[in-house]
Amino acid sequence: MPVTTAGFGPDLVEVFGPSQRDGGPDLIQLLTPEGERVHHPELDLDFSAEQLRGFYRDMVLTRRIDTEATALQRHGELGIWAQLLGQEAAQIGAGRALKKQDFVFPTYREHGVAYCKGVDPLNLLGLFRGVDHGAWDPNENNFGLYTIVIGAQALHATGYAMGIQRDGDVGTGDPDRDAAVIAHFGDGASSQGDVNEAFIFAASYNAPVVFFCQNNQWAISEPIERQSRIPLYQRALGFGFPGVRVDGNDVLATYAVTQAALQRAREGQGPTFVEAYTYRMGAHTTTDDPTRYRLNDDVEHWKLKDPIARLEVYLRRNGLVDDAFVDELKQEADELGHHLREGCKALPDPKPMDMFDHVYAEETEELRVQREGFASYLETFEGGHH
Amino acid sequence: MGTQKITLAKGLNMGLRKAMEDDPKVLLMGEDVGKLGGVFRITDGLQKDFGEDRVIDSPLAESGIVGTAIGMALRGYRPVVEIQFDGFVYPAYDQIVCQVAKMHYRSKGRYKIPMVIRIPFGGGIGAVEHHSESPEAQFAHTPGLKVVACSNPIDGYWMIQQAIASDDPVIFLEPKRQYHADKAELDETATPEPLFSSRVVRQGSDVTVLAYGPTVKTALSAAEAAAGEGKSLEVIDLRTLSPLDMAPVLESVRRTGRAVITHEAHVNLGMGSEVAARITEECFYSLEAPVLRVGGFDTPYPASRIEEDYLPDLDRVLDAVDRSLEF
Ligand SMILES: Cc1ncc(C[n+]2csc(CCOP(=O)(O)OP(=O)(O)O)c2C)c(N)n1
Repeated sequence: MPVTTAGFGPDLVEVFGPSQRDGGPDLIQLLTPEGERVHHPELDLDFSAEQLRGFYRDMVLTRRIDTEATALQRHGELGIWAQLLGQEAAQIGAGRALKKQDFVFPTYREHGVAYCKGVDPLNLLGLFRGVDHGAWDPNENNFGLYTIVIGAQALHATGYAMGIQRDGDVGTGDPDRDAAVIAHFGDGASSQGDVNEAFIFAASYNAPVVFFCQNNQWAISEPIERQSRIPLYQRALGFGFPGVRVDGNDVLATYAVTQAALQRAREGQGPTFVEAYTYRMGAHTTTDDPTRYRLNDDVEHWKLKDPIARLEVYLRRNGLVDDAFVDELKQEADELGHHLREGCKALPDPKPMDMFDHVYAEETEELRVQREGFASYLETFEGGHH
Repeated sequence: MGTQKITLAKGLNMGLRKAMEDDPKVLLMGEDVGKLGGVFRITDGLQKDFGEDRVIDSPLAESGIVGTAIGMALRGYRPVVEIQFDGFVYPAYDQIVCQVAKMHYRSKGRYKIPMVIRIPFGGGIGAVEHHSESPEAQFAHTPGLKVVACSNPIDGYWMIQQAIASDDPVIFLEPKRQYHADKAELDETATPEPLFSSRVVRQGSDVTVLAYGPTVKTALSAAEAAAGEGKSLEVIDLRTLSPLDMAPVLESVRRTGRAVITHEAHVNLGMGSEVAARITEECFYSLEAPVLRVGGFDTPYPASRIEEDYLPDLDRVLDAVDRSLEF
């Protein structure tokens, strides 16, 4: 669907480009879909063989988390699952650029980032299974709870970053101390007031926050053209901070760009907007039917840009992985799959009485009365329900 | 420390200052709270003394104010945000109801959001629309939030400090028409009542009148007037709307057998409905009359030239008292 420029004169076609469906000329790339290493004048990093294999491993395992969870949903073990198929590079590139002290404010789809931050992927399933709202301790790995309300977390990230600023943990020059925050969201979220307000706050206070948008081109059925008439990254300029568009299917470029953005933040140079240009090959969630709104051709086209395949080509061509490595990784992925399958089924259901817990830090008498009332109501059933 | 006569505005200002002195993690944020000291001057002089990093003039974005304050709370700060006027809290409604209120619950207690959202509320100042609303029921209806309303200078001083000290998010309602109205003697060495408690502010034996925020004064004037006619009204300042502190209310209604509740907010599904239901559940056999509600009508807040007709006044409260006594 090309951008409509009717009524604006032909010159605007120049500005918007004939279509936003390709990455556009400004796309930062370090590895082509064919697995060729390309170079960028400012953002060229030397990746060690170890690092490259690590990216590959991370993406393979992240895809396994996703396919396993999708299968679990199909088997009725999860109520719903938000898939990330095709977004592995965007998430691993960003996730690996984070330092321990950096804090993540995710959406509901950041399974790869969670994995990078050391969250047991099994803990991600509870929300989708309906046994909890997020079982991990956000402060243990500096990975916040998933956020369902689109864009709300962009503000939390900004406020947290303002806290870091007040703690004096930016620009000290100590690499273990200087910290940044990253807020993840989608292209649809860029339309939300909260995201735009977060941009304003971050810019006004020069907060150490990176806004990381995975532009997977769809917000359920709504195409990017429904959210923006200009490439998203260009919006940042209007808020007064830099925006860049990176090939979100290129883990090297995503890593390089995010790392640079985070480093700017840690040094006290303020916010950056990173648009990772990618594509959701899977459905929005397991309840979605993308055949109703998008072209099969598109999916086929993007399969050719698969983030894992392109890195594998590069690694194999350069003798950086061999069959033994790939076999071992496959085995590791199988173990992870097993862990998720068995673990998911074993996740204990919460007890009815648990619903009363943690409503308040300081519980109220009113709630205590309700809790006790419900407890004695449950007692009236034979065998008790709790 | 001696005593001094202060207004509600002064009490709140002194309370905020004290809280900031006591805890360096306390931050103030909102529109115009810095140099100007807030449109009602509640934060007057605080930025000068505590600096721009602790008294933060924010962009004009309510969701942004509350949402970033959440982030700061997650980082260990205790933000106190000012919503400039009641009618402007709605852009932040999602952040308050979906985020602030639920974070402790969703995180199984791992996240604490010790933040205070101050809202000047209610009418009677002749303002234009959106400047005179009473949104308390919308927040009291939200589990995870605590909602309190101060009614006088002394409570203003203590309650704001207690709200800041609370580890739960508190919606802090300030009756704006009382800000500069009456003065009271503050004794800073006194021991305050607990934050989440209601209080009998005038004793009586015929009818219990319940009020909070701006209508406490109305109720007290009604009691004064009724006394002249030989009727004895007991007046209770609810002070806390969520949780409600019903014990003093129930004790009183069991004695008087009659209750009238008054607030500025619309009657339909307002705080009065909840209070009436609880009284009925708990004191059914003591009641001599149904619990009556006196509030704003179920209309949008009217143009200010007729707000006196909208607001529950002494006469409407007395009318309800009479109806109650006639049962
Ligand atoms: C405020 C809000 N409105 C609507 C929804 C329902 N919803 C869930 S995901 C989604 C699309 C989000 O698209 P985008 O921001 O591009 O993220 P993506 O899921 O594609 O990564 C919608 C409309 C929601 N969760 N929150």
